[in-house]
Amino acid sequence: MFRLFDSLKTFPKGGVHPPENKFSAGAAIEELPLPKMVHIPISQHIGAPSEPVVERGEAVKVGQIIAKSAGFVSANIHSSVSGKVAKIQNMIDSSGFVRTVISVRVKGDDWEESIDRSPDLVKEISIEAKDIIQKTLDNGIVGLGGAAFPSHVKLSVPRGKKAEYLILNGVECEPYLTADHRLMLEKADEIMVGAQILMKALDVTKCIVGIENNKLDAIEVMSQKAKDYEGISVQALKVQYPQGGEKQLIKAVINREVPSGGLPIDVGAVVHNVGTTYAVYQAVQKNKPLLERVVTLTGKSVSKPSNFMVRIGTPISELIEAAGGLPEDTGKIISGGPMMGKALTSTDIPVAKATSGVLIIPENESRRGVVEACIRCSKCVGVCPMGLEPYLLMTQGEKAMFEESENDRVMDCIECGSCVYECPSNRPLLDWIRLSKVKVNTIRKERAKN
Amino acid sequence: MSTKLLTVSSSPHIHQNQGVSSIMWGVVIAMIPAFAVSVYNFGVGAVYVTALSVAFCIMFEYLIVKYLLKKTPTIMDGSAAITGVLLAFNVPSNLPWWIILIGALVAIGIGKLSFGGLGNNPFNPALVGRVFLLISFPVQMTSWPKAGESLLAIDGETGATPLGLLKDGLKNGDSVSQLMGEIPSHLDFFFGLQGGSTGEISALALLLGLGYMLYKKIITWHIPFTIFGTVLAISTVFWMVNPEQFADPIFHLLTGGLMLGAIFMATDYVTSPMTAKGMIIYAIGIGFITMMIRFFGSYPEGISFAILIMNAFVPLLNKYVKPARFGKEVKNG
Ligand code: SF4
Ligand code: SF4
Repeated sequence: MFRLFDSLKTFPKGGVHPPENKFSAGAAIEELPLPKMVHIPISQHIGAPSEPVVERGEAVKVGQIIAKSAGFVSANIHSSVSGKVAKIQNMIDSSGFVRTVISVRVKGDDWEESIDRSPDLVKEISIEAKDIIQKTLDNGIVGLGGAAFPSHVKLSVPRGKKAEYLILNGVECEPYLTADHRLMLEKADEIMVGAQILMKALDVTKCIVGIENNKLDAIEVMSQKAKDYEGISVQALKVQYPQGGEKQLIKAVINREVPSGGLPIDVGAVVHNVGTTYAVYQAVQKNKPLLERVVTLTGKSVSKPSNFMVRIGTPISELIEAAGGLPEDTGKIISGGPMMGKALTSTDIPVAKATSGVLIIPENESRRGVVEACIRCSKCVGVCPMGLEPYLLMTQGEKAMFEESENDRVMDCIECGSCVYECPSNRPLLDWIRLSKVKVNTIRKERAKN
Repeated sequence: MSTKLLTVSSSPHIHQNQGVSSIMWGVVIAMIPAFAVSVYNFGVGAVYVTALSVAFCIMFEYLIVKYLLKKTPTIMDGSAAITGVLLAFNVPSNLPWWIILIGALVAIGIGKLSFGGLGNNPFNPALVGRVFLLISFPVQMTSWPKAGESLLAIDGETGATPLGLLKDGLKNGDSVSQLMGEIPSHLDFFFGLQGGSTGEISALALLLGLGYMLYKKIITWHIPFTIFGTVLAISTVFWMVNPEQFADPIFHLLTGGLMLGAIFMATDYVTSPMTAKGMIIYAIGIGFITMMIRFFGSYPEGISFAILIMNAFVPLLNKYVKPARFGKEVKNG
């Protein structure tokens, strides 16, 4: 016990600790029954949307590629079900924008033969580093933690840079969410092999798994397993949001600060989420594309908070039904966690690669509080993990002082929402900061042109 | 089910539930122990002064906001009540009602609302009121009722505060050790058994309030503890150099309005800096100026002036003292 307490690291500056409400932590991952129809968005990742390579009426199998990566920062998309392409249509997705989706009417469960569906653990890694990167690209692996950054890009270390550490993100610092937690409990071996694969691709000998101390069982299981795998260790972390942010996690685990405007590789680190690591294992060892993921379905009034293994493209309504239906008092439905997730406009929206959870918030908690005058309490400054002054950035945004915002490093804001969470006056700090970020981006582009 | 209207707003979707008024009333709760000691010591006078001051402050806030500024008064946010209590805590408990009325008008009208109200005033309103009264009514403002003398009388016998006794004595050529004989013990100061302004006399009661505000995360340690530290450091140096001319550090920590000022007035959100570093600089300034006034100034007590002076530096501190930032800059863009 003392050892554990002794070893609790965290990032040193700012952060908040909202009530955790991990209702679904004890719910083992359940396979969700196949939906009747899936809607697979062609833009589920950061970067260029993929280009559809199937047509309406075409028959598809599970794992068949249906949209191709359209650039270096882009990802392949595979069918998560078998059946017929019913439509390629526009639909509002979890981003709130209208995006193209490939709708497939489900028939049977017919998989591509090349995919190894057996549950056996394949420990031996028989392919070369560059082929690993190719495999992640081919199989459409993107970061499953929320940002959905294509994994092959992160694995391609730029010339002149060197990775020293692979850091696995098992922090899951968003309240309510438990998808990564369950995965670490149930698929620890696969995650370990996945880590070995990533280490090989990056040519590093050290891998540290960061897990917050509110998941003692996961720390236990992962530490036990890590003993059998060379170079992997588990680091227990103090519970502090937003520790799952790459920059905060790197600071907490190896005490290095990613420079402003820089990337983790600038300090020798590459961070992958544990869910992504599991997907990499599946892609490399089992030839299985990213076509399903673990999604937490939870909320205070949800009758059966659950963790589901869900095929990509499944409408959220199906998950809600499986968890006991939409509660009477529902006020808001969020894709992701309560701190950074997006509020959804309907339950028809499909699960995408980055959908880590669906959170149902009761009516009485779903509205924002009345905005009052800034009482200059400085709480927003105190909790900002990036060392920004949110109250000031908001004022600059309101007054259209974007040059000043840029100087005060508005672009460093990781949009964690800690400042808004803490503000006693309910000020919409982040809304203004987001606006300023967009404006500063435009200004920078203009400047680059001239 | 599908017709249900959902709320859509941007993240974050949860919020801690300490609002402005809960913070303000939290400060009021933190002042209860000091008020209780005051009532124990000064009797009905303490209740009378505090009640009048709070009532006047709320009244002026309401009238000025409604009829002069023509806005909706938000008197229930607790900020006017805090100003009222603090003003009362800073004056003798036998102050005539009409002086309190003037103090409240100056505090709320000039100190707060003339700058635009909550969040915009550069100086702590209660201190603006107090210093105005101190300059305008020096006699009434410096005749304190003796502690514990009469529970019911408003016009009891008056006496000097320990700092006042010390200052006058030193001026007459007495030494600290001679004067300490006439002054209550350190333990008395700690519990609050001496003369002084209504709410400033018991260090223990004020520290209880501090503990409560720290526990409730209403304030952080930076300002009060840095002031304590600075006062201790400066008074220790002087005391060690010449203990016959300068009183000991604990005496300085426990007497006068130091605790009240450091805990409840220097920490006022609106008039204190926004960053931890800024708070520390500000607090060192307060401690330093307080001690300089106590040692070399013409007033026995200096914390009110010290806070007001440092209030004036806050915009500068906010502008130039930035929080410790994450990540050094590599390139622009
Ligand atoms: S300013 Fe940005 S990084 Fe800082 S707390 Fe607010 S949302 Fe988080
Ligand atoms: S937390 Fe809110 S009230 Fe406090 S300083 Fe920041 S913006 Fe102002």
